Amino acid sequence: MALAVFVVVALIAWEMARGAMPSIQAFGWRFLVSTDWDPVAEKFGALPYLFGTAVSSTLALLLAVPLGLGTAVYLVELAPASVGAAVGFVVELLAAIPSIVYGLWGLFVLAPFLRAAVEPWLIAHLGFLPLFRGYPFGIGMLNAGIVLAVMVVPTIVSISREVLASMPRSLREAALALGATRAEAIAVTLDAARPGILGAVILALGRALGETMAVTMVIGNTNRISASLLAPGATMASIIANEFTEATGKLYLSALIEIAFVLLAATLIVNAGARLLVTRTTGGRRDVAGAA
Amino acid sequence: MNDKLRSLSVIAALLLSAAAGTSSAQTLTGAGATFPYPIYSKWFDLYHQKTGIEINYQSIGSGAGIQQVKAGTVDFGASDAALSNDRLKEMPRKVVHIPTVGGALAIVYNLPDLKAKLRLTPEIVAGIYMGQITTWNDKAIAAANPGVALPPAPILPVHRSDGSGTTNIFTTYLSAVSVPWRELVGANTSVSWPAGVGGKGNEGVAGLVRQTPGSMGYVELAYAKQNRLAVAAVRNRSGKFVEPSLASTTAAVAASAAALAKDVRTPIVNSAAPDAYPICGLTYLLVYQDMKDPARAKMLADFIGWAIHDGQEVAERLDYARLPEAVVKVDEATLRTLSASGKKVWQ
Repeated sequence: MALAVFVVVALIAWEMARGAMPSIQAFGWRFLVSTDWDPVAEKFGALPYLFGTAVSSTLALLLAVPLGLGTAVYLVELAPASVGAAVGFVVELLAAIPSIVYGLWGLFVLAPFLRAAVEPWLIAHLGFLPLFRGYPFGIGMLNAGIVLAVMVVPTIVSISREVLASMPRSLREAALALGATRAEAIAVTLDAARPGILGAVILALGRALGETMAVTMVIGNTNRISASLLAPGATMASIIANEFTEATGKLYLSALIEIAFVLLAATLIVNAGARLLVTRTTGGRRDVAGAA
Repeated sequence: MNDKLRSLSVIAALLLSAAAGTSSAQTLTGAGATFPYPIYSKWFDLYHQKTGIEINYQSIGSGAGIQQVKAGTVDFGASDAALSNDRLKEMPRKVVHIPTVGGALAIVYNLPDLKAKLRLTPEIVAGIYMGQITTWNDKAIAAANPGVALPPAPILPVHRSDGSGTTNIFTTYLSAVSVPWRELVGANTSVSWPAGVGGKGNEGVAGLVRQTPGSMGYVELAYAKQNRLAVAAVRNRSGKFVEPSLASTTAAVAASAAALAKDVRTPIVNSAAPDAYPICGLTYLLVYQDMKDPARAKMLADFIGWAIHDGQEVAERLDYARLPEAVVKVDEATLRTLSASGKKVWQ
């Protein structure tokens, strides 16, 4: 079965490379640095989508990592067992919500809130930064980043929690015996668990990179690159979801497949990195590495 | 592992037999456009009750439908955008277009304090989507709406983010009325939008417009009605401000009948008829002119013959514009050219 997985991934990659060939031949490396996306003139470049994927995922991690890691530390180190179980259960429930539900929430709950309350405040008080300029639409990069953050928090919490729990008790006991405060003892444990926590973060990143439906619904879908988080954008996954079904030209279809190929490559690299890091701290416990 | 493999192969076998089942004697298969799916599924249902013939239709999008026709995996395809000459040449054999119903796009807007109905000229619509007209109290909008107090709010143009026949109609219209649009952007199922944000699907655009004050978008008429959005009147070529309706769409199709008789793919946007709404289009079935299996070819031609006559009766209830008599005649002429192994299948 494990071998079959390799074969399937290899076949997918091969099929995509084959489908992307007309586009690769037509645009070469310029495909990755061009901002053109013009189906009428059949000129394609993926930079706005690479940019959108990078920014929305980074934003998601900036929001989700402190929250997720904080929750994990609380659950392992501080919470009474009953609270820990309840919170853990709810956090893992978040992972089971279908992404279209997150998308609808982003569009109908988060967007009006951002438009009416958060974004006008950001523009008024932080508008001197290019990050917070523009008009408060409610949808855009910021909305996508927040929705993605909520979606990846469960990944970070459950894996960091496993990693922290697998740290030997003697580590904390030694720190405490040396006169460390409780906070310092936690810091020692966190430091030792760093590679595993990094693995959790990278797995979360993998999820954020590939998330399609929720992002498509809230990111605003334009192929313009903007410095502002309030501006609409698009990601690699969202452009494919949007345009694949009605892509009528051969080169057009091929360009979309090339984006899928780039996304697959990025996700593979990220996931392989995560596996390696998690395995290093948990001593190869497969159930942890495979949890995501 | 063996168990898993075995269950996988059982599933695969079931899928295969299901796929094989679709090519049985009393079944036709089709794939393509999502826009006409509601009326097509109604037709298939009515036609099944009447004749016992089952029609399996997958609304996978026009582009994918065209691919399926090209690959020969379906009896017919469906597309909101007519195929270009180049695309027709890529087909292994000659493919004909058969328009089935028409549809109008409504320009919807969200200006809560505006009491009067907004009136738009082609120049305003193009200007807004080009990003040149950016506020509601712009001089051009004020000139088209005399005596109306327009807010100084910014305009947020909303377009479809997914490729769609709806976008094809809208951009075909903008290309017809605006030279800069034709040269800079053009017409297609998706284009490089100079301004605005994208919503996924008609429901996505309708949702964004409904909840964003100051926004404007284009959706199929049925969605504008369902979402109770404010709909603008658009000035047509004869200078009259016309609201989208099934009657004003049929008027546009009828006015283009002569051009459609020459080439059924002619866009019907920007009609010169005084009562015609300018932003509308036809949706097409794509069929090979010469089919292999005479029995299936006859089944398909008979169904299409039924759809363009009796089938039209249900169109307006489902918010589609029925074909005018002149265009039904054009379709009949096309049906008469259909053949199987050289023999005609429909009179």
